[in-house]
Formats: sequence, C-alpha cells, structure tokens
Amino acid sequence: MNAVELDHVSFTYSRNMPGAVPALDDVSLSVKSGGITGLIGHTGSGKSTLVQLLNGLLKPDSGTVLLDGHDIWAEPKKIREIRFKAGLVMQYPEYQLFAETVAEDIAFGPKNMGIGGEELDARVKEAARFAGIGEELLGKSPFDLSGGQKRRAALAGVIAMNPKILILDEPAAGLDPAGRRDILGGVKRFSRESGTTVIIVSHSMEDMAMYCDDVIVMARAKILMHRPTAEVFSEAEQLASVGLDVPLVTRVAAALGELGVDIGRDVYTVDYAVGKILEHIGAAPVNFENVKDAAGKNGTGAAGKAGAEH
Amino acid sequence: MRSDITFGQYVEGDSLIHRLDPRVKILISLVFIVVIFLARSLTAFVLLTAAAVVFVLMTKIPPRLILKAMKPLMFIIVFTAVINIFFMPGDHLIFEFHFIRIYREGIVNACLIVLRIMLLIVATSVFLTYTTTPLALTDALEQLLNPLKKLRVPVHEFSMMMTIALRFIPTLIDETRKIINAQTARGADFTTGSLIQRGRALIPILIPLFISAFRRADELATAMECRCYTGGEGRTRMNSLKSEPKDWAFFCLILALGAGVVLLNRFFPLLNVTI
Repeated sequence: MNAVELDHVSFTYSRNMPGAVPALDDVSLSVKSGGITGLIGHTGSGKSTLVQLLNGLLKPDSGTVLLDGHDIWAEPKKIREIRFKAGLVMQYPEYQLFAETVAEDIAFGPKNMGIGGEELDARVKEAARFAGIGEELLGKSPFDLSGGQKRRAALAGVIAMNPKILILDEPAAGLDPAGRRDILGGVKRFSRESGTTVIIVSHSMEDMAMYCDDVIVMARAKILMHRPTAEVFSEAEQLASVGLDVPLVTRVAAALGELGVDIGRDVYTVDYAVGKILEHIGAAPVNFENVKDAAGKNGTGAAGKAGAEH
Repeated sequence: MRSDITFGQYVEGDSLIHRLDPRVKILISLVFIVVIFLARSLTAFVLLTAAAVVFVLMTKIPPRLILKAMKPLMFIIVFTAVINIFFMPGDHLIFEFHFIRIYREGIVNACLIVLRIMLLIVATSVFLTYTTTPLALTDALEQLLNPLKKLRVPVHEFSMMMTIALRFIPTLIDETRKIINAQTARGADFTTGSLIQRGRALIPILIPLFISAFRRADELATAMECRCYTGGEGRTRMNSLKSEPKDWAFFCLILALGAGVVLLNRFFPLLNVTI
C-alpha cells in the first residue's frame, strides 16, 4: 500500500510570468506506508514545493497527487481534511507559535478538526510526549521556551492532529547536535509506535543516514533517484554531480578503500563502519553497545582512530 | 517567489528622466503640479497634455502601466465628473428632466477637470513612482528637508525609518505568507464563517507576525549599533547625489511650460474651466 503517490505532477510558480521555470517537472513518485523517507536535494531543487503539494497548500498544474490512493483534489472543497491527513511541519515552525500556553498551541490543529473535551486533552498529552515536551512545560507560554523546545512544541502541534503521514521540512535546521537528536529521535519513535508514514526534508546527509529507511534525491525539478538509504549513498559521484555530498563516514570508508582497506561502499553510519573496520583488522568481536557509546560521543573520531590503528 | 509582488512601482529604465537627480525630480513634480492647477484655458490643457505624452514616451514606460496607475483613482475621477455634469450651472441648457439640468458648461468643465486629474497622475508617476526607486526618493527627500534640521526636526531619523520600513515590506510579506501556510497546514480557516470568526482566525497569523517583526527590529538595531551607527551626525553617503546642468535644464523646461500655460490662459482663452 502506498501512502503517497505522485503521478506525472508538474508545478510552476507564477506561471504567467515570462521566463517562469517549473519548480517540479513531470514528477512521479510513490512512498510506501509506515517508513521514514528522506528527501534531499540542492537548494532550489523543488523539495519544498513537493512537500507543499503533498498536503494541498499548492495545487499541481498537471498530474495527480494521491493520498492513500485518493486524488486529494477530487473534491477541492474538502482540501482541509487532506491537510489533517497529511500533517506538514514547515521550516522553522517555532515562528508559528501564537497561543498563550504550549498546551493551547498544540491543541490548535485538533480543535480545528472539531475535537474537544477529553480526547483533545489526551491528544495534546500524547503529542507532547512524542515530541519530548514534558508536562511541566504545557502550562508555560510558548515564548518562554528555548529554541529547541519551541521547535518540538510546534512539531507536537502537528502530531496532535494524528496525521496519516507526517511531513517535515528541514526539522533540524539551526539546532545543535543534541537538539537534532531530540527532535529526529522523537519523530522516529512516533513513526515506529504509531505506524505513521514520515517524510523528512533535510540537507544533512548524516541525519538521512541515521533516521531514514529510503531516500529520494531531487535535482533540477526532477527526481534523480529513490532507493534504500545504503544504495543512495553508494552513488557518491552521482550525488556530487548535483551538488550533494555523502555522509562523512562514507567518505572515510572510500578513502580507506583507496589505501587498500576495502570495507565496502555502502557504509553510511559510524556504528556500521566501526564494526566493518574491526572485522577487517581481525580484532576480537566487540561489545557493540560500548562502541556505540563511543561513536555517539565522538562521532567519526572513533572510526578515524580505528582506521589509524590499522 | 518574491518577484510576483509589485512593490512600489519602479520600472527599470535608462531614460533621461530615469537618470535625473531625484531631488530635482521632486522639485519638478511639485512645479508641474502647480502648473497643472494654473491651466484654465483649453489651449493650455492641450499644451500640457502634449508635454505629458512626450514625457511618457521619453521614459519608454508602456502606456498600459500609466493607465494602471489611474485605476485606484477611478472612483474620484468618475465622482468629480458626475458632480460637474449635474451640478454646474451655465447659460447653455442641453438637457432637462424634472430637477436634472445639464448645461454645456458642466460637460466642458467635467472633461477638463478629469483631464487635470489624469495629468496629475501622469506627472507624479512619470517623475516619481515609475522612474525613481523608493530608496532614491527617501534619500532625496531627506536632503531636500535638511534645512528643517535647524528647527530641530529629526529629518535623518525619519528618513532612516522610511528606508528601513521600505526595506522590510517584502520581507514581512514573505513571512506573512509562510505563517499563513503554516497555520493553514494546521487547519486554520480564513475564508468561511462570520466576520467575527474571520477576525478571530487572524490571531494565529498576527501574533507570530508581530513577534517576528519585533525580533527583526531588535536584531537590526543591534546590528546597526555593532557597526557604530549613532544617527545622522557626520554621516556620509556611498552614493551622494549630484545635480548636473541637465537636471536644471529640465527644471527650466518645466518652468517654461508654466510660463506657456500662463500666457495661453491670458491670450488664448478658450472654454475656460472654473475652479
């Protein structure tokens, strides 16, 4: 079952202006239910346009957008219901907070759906839990929160609508590493526990590698590839040709390969790289949890050190 | 995306009028407006209309745009015309129906006054809005008002406020659009319901917009202080305005036009307009 399908979709901003260039050019795509899909591409490649087409903020010039197999523009008057089904967290969502308390802000979406009473309370609490907003924060003003907390409160506001698919446009932009982990970890937990399909737009290859099951690469208003994460990152040259990069650890693996230490081209997480390197030098099987801790704290440093020892 | 917002009406160009010193352009428009009001006789109006057409042609601005500038004032134009046609007494009765009396003088007067309003629009758009960037205008205004500093009017501060306001209009429009999108994605509905409901629906947009405007103002103030901005005292400009002979030649041309209008009024009076 496909959660989302795009069938030959094209879209151009201000179509009537002379010299308008299509932002999406005859794009077809299908995203399976339940997983986390990454969407990467250079600035201006059409990512943000694509996500706004998915929840009906933009209407395609041609082609159809299908959500759960239904054309979202079949009944234009019911487009609001589509927006509840396809929850979109825009870039820098903390700038959309407005209510007096965090709880009220999270409740804005579900209230617009006509939900009230106990169910509303339950939804707010559950969304806050997924987003990592402690109960003590719910009564505070959203403007008293830290940057990362604001971001997570805004995320909770969309999760509270219980969308069938959750779309995040650059959810971790401008956050520190701990903030990134908090928000993306929350999204992953939410996806796994509720079975919600998630689409994450990001520039960070490391985030993609860490959280996504498969990756869509966009370039020049078209889809370049859509494959499982490991396969996408093994195409370093093709990614480089459209101005994208592979995760740092993948480059480390490639450099090791040139030195004659072949640990494969599908290395894209630090954990996996460390395991492969240790395997290669014939070290005793390691307690993976310990390595994970070291890798988590020291990022690629652990992999680098392991390579140097070799 | 930002390009679809026509902000100000500046039309890119390289005509003589585009290149005139903006300070002189402001003076020219003022004088031209006075000249338009001086015109009484039909002959004077013909002269001014011809001059206006020449100016428009010089700027190479599509006449369609000039007509567009008249659109917002259409109501005033029509209203003035109607008042003049129906309520202007005269000697030559053309049409009578109960209390409605239309005189030839009324129709002539209506035509000339409509022409006058249109000339005013052409004058300001050709010399100011269409050929001068908003920034050049505020700069020029600041320098023209400079003498007021002696009277302790904070001219520089006002002009800086204008400049900053102009600079941030596109930014805020962009931001508004983003916030509207974000709240729409959460199911906000701005198009249905009673007036009060629609008003309430604006709260989720206005609060974030105000907050971000204050935040930007704060950041900008800090950035300006970091670059040692302390106000207008002793401040020099990157592009200082210089008026050249051609600017004053053009100014004299407008004065000559004024003299022509006065002479035509006096020696070739024809279908004179009242008021």
